[in-house]
This record gives sequence, structure tokens and C-alpha cells, in this order.
Amino acid sequence: MVNEVCFRTLHCDRPWRLETYQSEGGYEALKMILAEKTPQEDIIEMVKQSGLRGRGGAGFPTGLKWGFINRTAPGEKYVVVNSDEGEPGTFKDRDILRYNPHALIEGILICGYAIGAATGYNYIRGEFWEPYERFEEAVTEAREAGLLGDNILDSGFGFQIHTHLGSGAYICGEETALLESLEGKKGQPRFKPPFPAMFGLYGRPTVINNTETLASVPDIVRRGADWFREIGVPNSGGPKLFSVSGNVVRPGNYEVPMGIPFAELLEMAGGMREGKRCKAVIPGGSSVPVLPGEIMMDVTMDYESIEKVGSMLGSGAVIVMDDSNCMVKVLERIAYFYYEESCGQCTPCREGTGWMYRVIHRIENGTGRQEDLDLLDDVAKKIMGRTICALGDAAAMPVASFIQHFRDEFQYHIDHKKCMV
Amino acid sequence: MSLRSEPMVRAQKFEDKESLFTREVREQIDTWVAKYPAEWKQSACMPALTIVQDMNGGYLTRDLMDQVADYLDMPPIAVYEVASFYSMYEHKPMGRHKICLCTNVSCMICGSDNILEHIRNRLGIGFGEVTPDGRFGLKEVECLGACGGAPMMQIGHTYYENLTPELVDQILDGLE
Ligand SMILES: Cc1cc2nc3c(=O)[nH]c(=O)nc-3n(C[C@H](O)[C@H](O)[C@H](O)COP(=O)(O)O)c2cc1C
Ligand code: FES
Repeated sequence: MVNEVCFRTLHCDRPWRLETYQSEGGYEALKMILAEKTPQEDIIEMVKQSGLRGRGGAGFPTGLKWGFINRTAPGEKYVVVNSDEGEPGTFKDRDILRYNPHALIEGILICGYAIGAATGYNYIRGEFWEPYERFEEAVTEAREAGLLGDNILDSGFGFQIHTHLGSGAYICGEETALLESLEGKKGQPRFKPPFPAMFGLYGRPTVINNTETLASVPDIVRRGADWFREIGVPNSGGPKLFSVSGNVVRPGNYEVPMGIPFAELLEMAGGMREGKRCKAVIPGGSSVPVLPGEIMMDVTMDYESIEKVGSMLGSGAVIVMDDSNCMVKVLERIAYFYYEESCGQCTPCREGTGWMYRVIHRIENGTGRQEDLDLLDDVAKKIMGRTICALGDAAAMPVASFIQHFRDEFQYHIDHKKCMV
Repeated sequence: MSLRSEPMVRAQKFEDKESLFTREVREQIDTWVAKYPAEWKQSACMPALTIVQDMNGGYLTRDLMDQVADYLDMPPIAVYEVASFYSMYEHKPMGRHKICLCTNVSCMICGSDNILEHIRNRLGIGFGEVTPDGRFGLKEVECLGACGGAPMMQIGHTYYENLTPELVDQILDGLE
């Protein structure tokens, strides 16, 4: 069972067109809701029952999040889409925007209906020009077909969607930094609570969801919560897009049921290039702990299975490395990324990311000291849990896990002042 | 970071908006302003900076940032903050074609080092530099969300994926 939800139109010619989407059942969910005047709580309940969890990385139950909104509060409420897609290894939202933008639009509309909002913003990272144009075209198509705008299909329900473009900042993927950015400021995360459900965009109640999360919603409504949930495994409902990159034969996005064995996913991606050994895998984007290939071979791709072996499903970005890769060099690059992208607001993250990078850099360059490994562990531990947002944790977790699983490689660098691979 | 959500406004508004930029640029900015609540013109700050940067050949100046502030009724400092926070804004010329090469983890694993080496040899410039004729600039960027096509780079609005040295040559040859 592949390409059942977000990639449902992918086998068609010009999959991004409205008529293509409609030929695959698109907008039927919206029409049903509007015709039957489905109570808002029924939709929220359906999303809860589906087992859909946030696809942006944190895996928060989507229905629960929608339920936090006080629907009867007067004034504006907002739906915000997180299409900032900056987590290294992740490239799935780009393909949803390019190939199935109407699924996202329909998902936004259903969410808006369910929480009583009339406006949605899609925050797309500024580099995504082609996806931005595709999404804008789709918005125009939907508007012209009367599926978007004032008084949709004569139902009395009206909704507007606007696109906002980022300008290059990984931190803006963090939901409250994204809201700040949308308000025309530097993207520095807010203290929580209050959460966006209470105090979101422009201080108003806001649901913010990942692109893939919202694009999954129409099929949940159309084909039923049970249908969706049963595609996956307990606690990991539905299919999921996995962005497979690195040393595999066919890197790409694979929409497959949650709970698929990693080995099977690897096979879909054509296996390892040149038949090399799978040395290490980062299973959920660069922010999650790395795992040795041998461990991954026994893991299934769902939240619990990956957590059991000490990592996370994250955004579903699976970075596969063969044994020609030096783990010190890989970690150095990852550490540099967090150093570069820390917003500078919290001292442990601002100072700690640079410190960790410098120490790993000197190990990589043959000037590491024996005490450096403990130092790195110590710095990482002192960042964890001590920052406003999770970028600090995201910077710390790779460091701890690379050293835990590949300590001998780091040790070799320190002892011999060179690489062992 | 603020718990209040209020736009940063300035004491005295700049009235003569017609004197700023060109009519075309103002119209472009206005299409963005129209997306946000009336009191939140500030939300258009990022797109406005992008528009004026493009108009100015790829980089911002103090004067342009001040004009954006005037146009959106923002304090200049609020615009400088935005312009210095986000990586897509440039504060010096980056050449007619800014080559943005991703060196993040998936691209690195798939050989972005070789691509960098090739570009360096061909153009004689490193990251942050511009060729003497002003044709190309080179910039290191973080993951651009196209890791399935690693190694990759962006020039202008276009992504170029699955790069090889030969492909890079072809692409660069095709740019004036
Ligand atoms: C540093 C950082 C970067 C993030 N980047 C993204 C991102 O690029 N895209 C995304 O959808 N979520 C990202 N998130 C997660 C969001 O904060 C948030 O959890 C998500 O948008 C919620 O939507 P969901 O529940 O549908 O996943 C990031 C979080 C952190 C801490
Ligand atoms: S790592 Fe280069 S595009 Fe993602």
C-alpha cells in the first residue's frame, strides 16, 4: 500500500491540477461536511480517532491540538501551515506542495471549519519558489471553482488562504518562531505557555500544523478514521512520507504505512549504493539520535519502535550512510548547522552550539584532546532541557548519540590525529 | 520575543510614500500588505525586503532598508533586525548569479565537497566571494529541502539537483 494519501495523485498526468485531484476524490470531504453541516466536534473527534500525529517532527496528536481551540471565543482564529521544511534530510513537504497542493488546501479548509477560523496562512520557506508557484496556482484554481473564498459552495462558510514566504532561517520551522516571523519580526521562539491555541498569530487562537499533517486530513474525513488508523500500527496511525537520502540507490520520498520495517523501506529505495554496508542511519532528520545500521535493520518505522532503540521518528527524514563515511565529519557538519542556526536567544544554545562545534572541529582536524569526549557529553547535557525551544535539544541529541555509538571512531581521531575510514 | 502581539509602530509616519521606490515595486509590496490585517503591515516586511533586494541586483543597502521602514511605518531598527536575521538577505553584491551550494549532511554524504572543489577551481572563488567580473557569487547554504537530489544547489529561483562536475559546467556555461 503505497502513495495512498498525500501522494494519491502522483501516478496521474499533471498531478497538481484541480481536475486531477477531483478525479481522485478530492474535495469530496469538504463538500460532504458543508452539505451535511457536520458538527465541528465530530470532525475533531474523527481526527482524534484516526490516530493522526503531527508530521512536522514532534508527533503531537492532531485532533487533540484542534480540540484546544476555544471555538466560541469571539474574534479571529487562524490556521497556519508550517511549510518551512528546514530539518536537514527532510524534503517531503516540497513534493506535497509541488504535486498535490489541493490536498493541503482541502486540509486547511477542513481544519478552518472545525476550529471556526476564516483565514489561513501557509508559511513556505523562501527558497521553495517552484512549490510556492504551484501552491499559488492551486489556490487560484480553487478560488475560481468556488471551493475557496467567501461563501464556499453556497454553504455560508467562507475562508481565505494566503501564502507567506520565509527568507532563510531554520528556526522559523519552530512553531512560535514561525508566528513571530509571520508577524514581520526576527524568528525567535516564544515562551510557552501560552501555547498557540490560546495565543498564536497576532495573539489570536491558532492551530499550526505541518504541511503533511493537514494534507492527510481530507482522506481521513472521506475514507474514515478507522481506514486511516488501520493503515498504520497502534499509536502510529496512517501512512507517512519518508524522505530517504544518503548512500542509497534511489533516494526519494516514499509514502508507506507506518510500521513498515526499515529494511523494507531501504529496499524500496534500491538498497545501499554499490552494495556497501549500511553503517549508520539518522531515522528522523538531523535533530534525532543516530543509530548504527545493525540496530536499524530490526526496527520498524513507527514512533514506538524507533523510540525503543533510543531515537525518534521525527520528520520521517531517513539519512542513510555507508561505511565510507567518517562519523566525526558527519557530526561536525551537523554541529555546525545548529551553531549557524541558533537564534541566539538562550545562552545554553547560543554558546553551547558554538562550543560543541569547535570541539568536534578540532577532533576532526587532529587536534582533539582526550578529555574532549567527556566535555562534549557534558556540554550537550547542559543544553538539554534548558532552552526556550527544542533547537537546543536538537543540537545536543546528535552529539550524545554519535559519541555513544561510534566512540571508537572519535577516539581514533584523538589518538592518531587522522580518520579511520 | 514578546508576549504582547502588537506591531512595532513609529511615532511619526512617513507621509510621502509615492516618493519611495518605483510604482511597480510599491504595487508588488502592496499585494503582500493586503494579505495581513490592516494594522499588521509589518507582516509584509520580509517580502518587501525580498522585492527591493531583487530590484537592486541582489543586495540590500541601508537606504533601501530605511525606505522599507518608511513604507511600512516601521521603526528602521525593526527592519534592520529582520534584514540581518534571515540568510537570504545580502548586504553586499553577490554577483549576477548567486550560486547557493548546499553542504549539509545529505549533500555532504553524496559528494558536495567535490562539487565545491570543482566550482572553486573553475571560478577561482570560495564561499562569500564574487568573481572579479561580477558574474558569479558563491554562497554556502544549509539544507534546502531537496536532499533526495543531493548534491544540489540553487541559482536564482531554480534548484539544480544530482550535480556532477559536468552538469555544473553545463549550468554555469548557460548563465550570462
Ligand atoms: C528547531 C525546530 C525546527 C522545526 N522545523 C520544523 C519544520 O521545518 N517544519 C515543521 O513542520 N515543523 C518543524 N518543527 C516543529 C514545529 O515546532 C511544530 O511542532 C509543528 O509545526 C507542529 O505541526 P504538526 O503537529 O502538524 O507536526 C520544528 C521544531 C523545532 C524545535
Ligand atoms: S542536505 Fe542538501 S538539500 Fe538537504
